Amino acid sequence: MPGYSDPGFDTLSLHAGAAPDPTTGARAVPIHLSTSFVFESAEHAASLFNLERAGHVYSRISNPTNAVLEQRVSALEGGIGALTTASGQAALHLAIATLMDAGSHIVASSALYGGSHNLLHYTLSRFGIETTFVHPGDVDAWRAAVRPNTKLFFGETVGNPGMDVLDIPTISALAHDNDVPLMVDATLTPPWLMKPLDHGADLVMHSATKFLSGHGTVIGGVLVDGGTFDWAASPKFDNLSAAYHGFHDMVFTEESTVGAFLLRARREGLRDFGACMSPHSAWLILQGIETLGLRMQRHMQNTEAVVAFLATHPMVERVGHPILESHPSHAMAKKLLPRGAGSVFSFDIKGSREQGQAFVETLKVFSHLANVGDCRSLVIQPASTTHFRMDAAALKQAGISPGTIRLSIGLEDADDLIDDLKRALRAAEKVGA
Amino acid sequence: MKVTLTTNGQTQDTFIYTGGKAWVDGQPTAVMIHGVLNDHSVWILQSRYLAHHGYNVLALDLPGHGQSTGAPPATVAAAAAHIWALLDVLKIEKAALIGHSFGALIALQAAAERPAACTHLGLVGIAYPMRVSPVLLELSQSDPLKAIDMVNTFSHSTLAPPPSALGPGTWLYGASRALMRRILRSNRTDNVFHIGFNACNQYAGGEAAMGVVTQHAVKTRFVLADGDQMTPPKATKSLTSLAPHATTAMVHGGHQLMLEAPEETLRAIADFLTV
Repeated sequence: MPGYSDPGFDTLSLHAGAAPDPTTGARAVPIHLSTSFVFESAEHAASLFNLERAGHVYSRISNPTNAVLEQRVSALEGGIGALTTASGQAALHLAIATLMDAGSHIVASSALYGGSHNLLHYTLSRFGIETTFVHPGDVDAWRAAVRPNTKLFFGETVGNPGMDVLDIPTISALAHDNDVPLMVDATLTPPWLMKPLDHGADLVMHSATKFLSGHGTVIGGVLVDGGTFDWAASPKFDNLSAAYHGFHDMVFTEESTVGAFLLRARREGLRDFGACMSPHSAWLILQGIETLGLRMQRHMQNTEAVVAFLATHPMVERVGHPILESHPSHAMAKKLLPRGAGSVFSFDIKGSREQGQAFVETLKVFSHLANVGDCRSLVIQPASTTHFRMDAAALKQAGISPGTIRLSIGLEDADDLIDDLKRALRAAEKVGA
Repeated sequence: MKVTLTTNGQTQDTFIYTGGKAWVDGQPTAVMIHGVLNDHSVWILQSRYLAHHGYNVLALDLPGHGQSTGAPPATVAAAAAHIWALLDVLKIEKAALIGHSFGALIALQAAAERPAACTHLGLVGIAYPMRVSPVLLELSQSDPLKAIDMVNTFSHSTLAPPPSALGPGTWLYGASRALMRRILRSNRTDNVFHIGFNACNQYAGGEAAMGVVTQHAVKTRFVLADGDQMTPPKATKSLTSLAPHATTAMVHGGHQLMLEAPEETLRAIADFLTV
């Protein structure tokens, strides 16, 4: 595309990775529901398997519809390429399984989605991969947690649900000083809000289930490689810089100067673990991404209105959104997230646990369910749902109290959202009277 | 592999990617030379294919680039001399020389220096003269990251490339930018971007070199891209007019045609090498 600069965000949201179908002329991205793809000849088949030529073989490894989504999210994040996975959890697991062996170690933020905490703390430890959790804002704790076998720093761009904004420039510099990459979960801050790779992160993962899809219709994940981390220069990644017997003795860092991680993640991780995305899911997520910029703008407008309402309501103890000067990440959010720090945040209701339950049950526009990033507004009580496996100490470390309510602000009329919240707060007040 | 050269008492290592195959005695050799601020990995699909189809492939990182040490070549002639020095050390008497952009100028000059030793000359994404605009030349020195962005934009012709070097899902704008940034960073003492652009800009030996190549009837193919904004096909006429024996393959893509049109580029090169 001719021009003096790269195309803009909305143009990429619509066009990156997709051109009119050369066979049918279809303008929208076709859904390629085919498990496998015909070889031109025996020689063509062999060369595809040996990575001498690029193309699709089997949809667990790659698929034309998924490839459009992979290019599109890469384009929006400023990466070199991406992998689509069955879920956000699968994306996290794929990254870790590609980089680590039994005996490896991760330093991770303590303010993580409960599912990520489960994987790191309980499940991966069974396979010999340990994680040390540190408060995301405590730089000294990140530094102190590093061990000789540390291979990854991991955090969320905006922690769930306390909205601690990760100081990506500082934490990535610390990671690089220790020869390891920083991976961030950017699920709550899609690239319209922030591009973590621009601030020093090396790998970005999304639960595409949330804002990328945006309509609460599909489960999926995306893992983006920034191509920034020098795997060959680090002494810690023989997985990428030594001959891999599991794939023709390929030395991934010789094959690709910037894409060694992506090569192994696809050729081993998707091949062997198999947590691939359905092409139909990829298509649904692509539909969502086409309006990502427009939706995020509205998400932010509505969030500002709701936060302003809650912050002055007498039944509200605390509102945890970085837009407020009282939030500990206010300055960091202004620096890294000038368009807004997302529309998922928590607040505490004054009063008892029963009052909190009355609040949730009275809401009519907000839906009580376990998801975020939908076009519809959502509500949940983290301590009894998403984070229920955490003990009291872990909950406290993650900034969650038993009365914390998490909201995901959708695209409805802001006045209707505020009216709904008003009614529910009144109901909570009556229960306490 | 790495090959050590000693010139004027100075040693330097040249990294060579062999396409994932060990050397096989008796096979023809194909040397693949990258352009400014690139390295061996821009050839990854073509080099790996050729290595598994009967060729000993030497896709090198030019001195001072990527995994190769030494001073980056300040002139096309210096780079061409390095190619032959490398082949001499490896005791390779004849080779196909295939270059892209700056690398194509190097291949042309190298072929002219030893036409009898050049079995095939593949000139991919070439223009002559290869003028670099004064603004871009200056920017490559004063603000190389900004210059990278400019070059990157002009090096790609589509937002929807086919599966490429890293397989399906590769975003070539990002991959090319990341590679250029990595190569710039790989040399802490010399700005290989500015030095490379300067070498392209100053090279004045193209017509003479093509004259020698034509005189010796060195098998020559131009591999050009119809959407190339860096080295547009029309800017090759000064060379094609001097090489009536040469053939031209026009592929659909931009300046990074090895990545944007990997299949067409592979066929253009592989078919040529069988001539």
